[in-house]
Order: sequence, then C-alpha cells, then structure tokens
Amino acid sequence: MAEYLVQFGFPVWLAYGGIAVVQCMILLGIMMGAAATFTWMERKVSGRIQDRLGPTRVGGRFGWLQSPADGIKLLCKEDLIPKDADPILFRLAPYISFSASFSVFLALPFANGWVAQHLNMGVFFILAVAGLEVYGVMLGGYSSGSKWSLYGCIREAAQVVSYEVPLGLCVLIPVMVAGTLDLVTIGNMQQGWGWNWMIFHSPFMFVTFFIFVTCAVASTNRAPFDLAEAESELVAGFLTEYSGFRWSVFFMAEYGSMVMVSGLGAILFLGGWYGPIPVAELLGLTHANHAILGWLGDLLGACNFLFKAFLGVTVMMWLRWTLPRLRIDQVMTTCLKYCVPLAAAMFVGVVLWSYALPGGIFPRKTPLGAVAEGPTWPAPQATGGETP
Amino acid sequence: MAIEQVDPELVEFDVRTDEMLINMGPQHPSTHGVLRLVLRTDGEVVTNVVPHIGYLHRCAEKIGEKLSPRQWIPYTDRLDYLAGMNMNLGWAMAVEKLLDLEISDRARHLRVMMCELNRIASHLVAAGCYGLDLGSFTPFLYTFREREKILSLFEEVCGARLTYSYITPGGVTADLPPGWLDRCEQFLGEFEEVIPELHAVLTSNEIFIRRTAGIGVLSREMAVNYGTSGPVLRGSGVDWDLRRDGEVRVTKMYEDYKFEVIVEVEGHYPQDRDDYPPVPPEAVLGDCWHRFYIRMIECVQSIILIRQAMEKYRQCDEPLGEPIKTNQRLPKGEAYLETEAPKGQMGFMVVGDGTAIPWRVRARSSSFCNLSVTGEICRGCLLADVPAIVGSLDIVLGEIDR
Repeated sequence: MAEYLVQFGFPVWLAYGGIAVVQCMILLGIMMGAAATFTWMERKVSGRIQDRLGPTRVGGRFGWLQSPADGIKLLCKEDLIPKDADPILFRLAPYISFSASFSVFLALPFANGWVAQHLNMGVFFILAVAGLEVYGVMLGGYSSGSKWSLYGCIREAAQVVSYEVPLGLCVLIPVMVAGTLDLVTIGNMQQGWGWNWMIFHSPFMFVTFFIFVTCAVASTNRAPFDLAEAESELVAGFLTEYSGFRWSVFFMAEYGSMVMVSGLGAILFLGGWYGPIPVAELLGLTHANHAILGWLGDLLGACNFLFKAFLGVTVMMWLRWTLPRLRIDQVMTTCLKYCVPLAAAMFVGVVLWSYALPGGIFPRKTPLGAVAEGPTWPAPQATGGETP
Repeated sequence: MAIEQVDPELVEFDVRTDEMLINMGPQHPSTHGVLRLVLRTDGEVVTNVVPHIGYLHRCAEKIGEKLSPRQWIPYTDRLDYLAGMNMNLGWAMAVEKLLDLEISDRARHLRVMMCELNRIASHLVAAGCYGLDLGSFTPFLYTFREREKILSLFEEVCGARLTYSYITPGGVTADLPPGWLDRCEQFLGEFEEVIPELHAVLTSNEIFIRRTAGIGVLSREMAVNYGTSGPVLRGSGVDWDLRRDGEVRVTKMYEDYKFEVIVEVEGHYPQDRDDYPPVPPEAVLGDCWHRFYIRMIECVQSIILIRQAMEKYRQCDEPLGEPIKTNQRLPKGEAYLETEAPKGQMGFMVVGDGTAIPWRVRARSSSFCNLSVTGEICRGCLLADVPAIVGSLDIVLGEIDR
C-alpha cells in the first residue's frame, strides 16, 4: 500500500507512517470489537453451560445491548485508587498489559499475507512480546498496596514464567518441522486438504498440540489455571483494587491474549487460514487467476482463521465453566513434571519422525522445510520508512 | 585477624522468608458469610489460622427471653437460614419436651417430610458452594436450580421460601395443599436423575479429587474431642446420628422409618449406587472429599425417607392437631433437646418460670463446634486449601453468631 502512495509522490516517511497508523487503528478496532464480542460470547456460552435463564433473555435481540451497556457502566464507574497504592505504577500497569497483548497482533497474520508487519521471525516476536504482559500484572499487583493483590501477582509471575518453557518447546516443534519462524510461510505450508495441517504431521505432533493447549490456557491465566485471579481464594488477585476503566483495560488484555494464543495455535497446528477442504482453490479463488479472485480467497482464509481462533476461545470458555481450579503446587507440578518432559519427548519424537520421513506422509504443495526456496509471500525489504 | 565465624542461625534467619498476617474476611467471597479468618502465612503455606466470629450477632437468644415460644419461631428460622425447617423443629421439640406434649402422627410425618426436604436443600447449597470454593462455578447453579424447586414446594406449604415458621410446638401450622404430594414425588424423581450429574461435574472430577482428597484430614479422635457433629463427624468415620442414636423424643419421630446412618464401612457408603463414583484411592477418611461425599449420599437417604413419609402420610387419617397458643404458660423447669440438623446437632434449651415467656433460652450450634477445628486442620496447608477446608465444614454464620 505504502509503495503505491510513494509512486503518487508522497514522501516516504509520510506514506509508511500514515499507513502504519491506519493499520494500527484497524487492528485496534478489530481487537476492541473482538473483546466486546467475546464478553457477549462468554455470557452466552456460560449461560448455556450453566442452565441460566438470564443471558438468553436480557439485552434485546441476541443480547447485543449487553456489551455496550457493560462498556458504559465501566466507563462511568468511580475511578478508585487505594490510599496505599503507588499512584504512578498503579495507573501504568494496565496499559503495559494492554500494549503487550495488542502489539502481538502486529505480527499475527490473518490470512496469506494479511499481516500488519510481515516479520520473518514472527513466532519469536509473538512469544517475546506476549511475555511482557506479565509485567503489567506484576506491577498492578505490587502497586495496589494490598496483600491479596501481591499474592495474585507473585502467583502470576511464577506461573507464566514457568509455562513459557513448555509453551516455547511446543511452538518450537512445528517451527522446526517448517524450518522457518515466519508465520505466513508456516501457514502456507499447510495449504491443501486437511491432512496437510501441521497437527497431522505425525502422532507426536498430535500430542504436542494438546500440550500446547494446556500451556496456552495456563499462560493466559484462564481457568483451571486462573490462580492470579482465583476469586475464591484471593478475592480477585491482582485485580482486587482495580475498578472501572483500568479494570476493563486488563480485561481486554486478557481477551486479547486469548485470541492471540488461539490464533497462534491455529497457524502452527490447525492449518492457519486453510480449511480442511481447499474451497478457495477448488473455486479458483487464487492470485494466479485474478487479483480480485485472489483477494476473495484471502478473505475466505481470514474468515477461516477467525473461525478457528474463535473456536479456540470457545474451548477455553468451556473449560473455564466446567473445571475446578488447580492449586498452585499442582499447577507448577503440571508444568515442570508433565508438560516440560512431555514436550521435550515430543520434540525428540518429531525429530526422529522427520528424519525417517523427510517429506511427510502426504505430498504437499509447499514442502516442509522449504526455506531455501524462499517464502511464498515476498519477505519485506529493508525500507527507509517508519515501522509501527 | 581471624575471620569471625558467622552464626549459622543468623544465616538461616537471613534467608528465611517473612511471615505475613492476612485477613480473610469478613467480606471475603469464600468464607460463607461474615466469618473472619486471620491467616499467618509463609509464602503460600498457612502456618496458623484463627477464626473470628461475631459479625452476625443479633441477640437472638436474648430476644427469645422476651417472647413466648410460639413468637420466637421466626427467629429460629434465621439461625441456620439454609435449613429453617430443621431449626423450627429443634425449638419446637425442646418446648414440647418442657410441656411434655405429644403430637399427632400426621404432624410427625409432615415434620419428617419437611425436615428431610430441607436437609436436601441445605446439602445442595453446601455442595454448590463447595464447587464455588474450588473455583468451579457451574455446579453452584445446578444445585441452586434444584434447590429452587424445593423452595417452591415449601412456598406452597407455608407461603415462605426461606424463613418458614412452619413447624411449631404442638405440630405444624397447616396441612398440605391439594396435589402437593404428587409435585413432591415429581421433584424427587427429577432430583434423583440430577445426582449423577453432580457427581460427574464434582465428585469424580480429577481436579476436584486432587483438591479435596487427603486435604484437611480430621481424625476420629479429634472430631469427637472438638464436639463436631453431623456430616463432619460422620465424615471422620464416627457412626453417630441423632435420628437413630438421639433422645427418645427424637428417635420416636423417626419410629418405623427405615434408614441407615451414612458413614463409611470398609470403603463403601450405604446407599451409594453403582452409578455413583467410588471412593478414590487418594482419599483418607476424614478429609474434605469424604465430608463432601457424605452430604451427597445423605441427599439420597433423605429421598428415601421422604418417600416413606409421604406413604405414611397418605395412610394416616387422624386429625393434624393444634399447635400451642401464643399465651401458653410454660411450667417451671428446664428442657434441653438436640436434633439432627443438616449441619449437625442443633440443641435448644428452654427454662420456664410459670409464665408464657421463657426465663432463659439458649441454642447450641453445630456450626460453632464444627468451625472450631479449622485452626487445627488448616495448620500447614496451602492458602488455596483454606477455602476448601472451611467449605467442607459447611458452616452457617447465622447459626454460629445467633
């Protein structure tokens, strides 16, 4: 896009900077919309699971009014800062979480090439930035000046940092098979029929996916691993002293990271933007035929991807409303005694499998480990423009 | 110059983490009302727990000394507000003992029916809130859905959903409305199908077992020494139930009823059907899991008792009898009687001085004694176990503070 603008005589800095701002706004809009949609969805899902009448009746048609009402309520609430709180850190904390959680979407592709900033090490960027979210939570818990909040943030720190190890290992396995850290390339390698999805690469990969799901739920602090909030033990953990808008910022960060891990899982394991049946290809919606047709195919892919991400989030909600919470020692045991060794064993298994069957079982359009041929989407050239 | 040797004790002191004193309650979500627990914690480990009570003190006993026994009935509803019928029963029977009053068989079967229904309602709240204490929100709503049906049945009988004032000295206030027995039977049929659901979502859940089995073990001796009663006592393997072992007046109420006391015998519970989960190998007698499971099985036992009571009520055609009048004079003397309420032994004492107003009224609460073991069994557990243990004791603060 920016290249077009430069062709029309815009200065380079303005073209790239402007486009960056536009892209950020679109992403932010999408994520805000997603947060509103998810609160609505959480209500509906939990209402159905729990056999409650309220969520099926309230809020106009399909309950759409509930989310706006929620937003208005949160904005109108009194803005409380406890006497013992550190006022600056207390104010700062939610925004750190929020920016960490939302920056991730810069590198998360929604379809073939539909990515705000195409990074050739997107996986690494996502893991690194998502790890920053814990700082916001820690600062929030520490600066609240409440012992319950302190408990919540210490637990969060211990849990998230521990779970990043098995999560990293699980992410590493498909990355190793693909031979690249570029999420767009990894996604494109799973083109074609459903058996080309990474999860069906080998039995080891299949198991890896479930370890990934466990670690993803734990690292986003959702039940049954929601120890940082744990309302029956810690009141609300690090959120105890937060109210109104700041609380909702934390809330949006949580939903943001839920979408993020679901999306990451979808790209790494579940075929990304390719469905089980290559509908776009069968209908001829490819870039090879026509640019518009290709764009339509990509749109279909984006819908596909969003559907998978939503499915992941729904599973998280389902877990949350079904399972009791684990204890902190059990959470750590699950991580260190089961997840890490299992993930490591799967890593070895996948290495051996790839060695025995280098091309995989089924022939692929884009072979695995095809780094030498270069990604199907042109990697970004170094430009003088500003990056978002 | 020789280097001074560092005192090993000092070094140890240096690396030791500080203990922290935190207040759990009285407005904490999982202390079941307004209980305040002062926890001394070393990291996540709780080294000491001190329960503080008195935030719900309403001078109920003193008020009882200003009112006649019939007038005090509504106050007993508010002692254990989750089992109002059983509280009414305790007070009514104590007063009957003082007056040496016998009630009609029809009223007796009605009392059994209501008390056992209320026992199910109370145990449902205990089970649901226990799920909530462990972080599982959904079972809470399932149990409350069932409880609402019981409350609707009560509403038909006495017009109230929570504070019934139904059982009074001398009998009950009203007979059943027409068609009530069929609706009650319908509820029991529905509820029997829900019990395996609750077992699936709570009792046999792997995380639930890990959170409760072997946690908060209350030994048999300690349970007896602290004066615990009800499911807490039976959860420790003590075969004791006032419905069978109580005073003659209490056992006579359950005369010619067939029931078993729910207590573990060689790894099995009476009435545990094949579709109910077995006792997990991790569970130790007297832990949270057993206390929880006893309540679930007691619900099954209560269903059987209610069915018997309904059958006997149908066959009984003697008149209901009249409850005592408000101005009924009490004889000089005192009476104390304990009944088996859902949470344990609820005792009432009444001292009469010849007037209609008792000279002294006193209540002995089971939750108070059950709560007293908290400090003992919470020592050394993790922070997350505190709600699990307190929840498994199933206390009601209205009863403790009175």
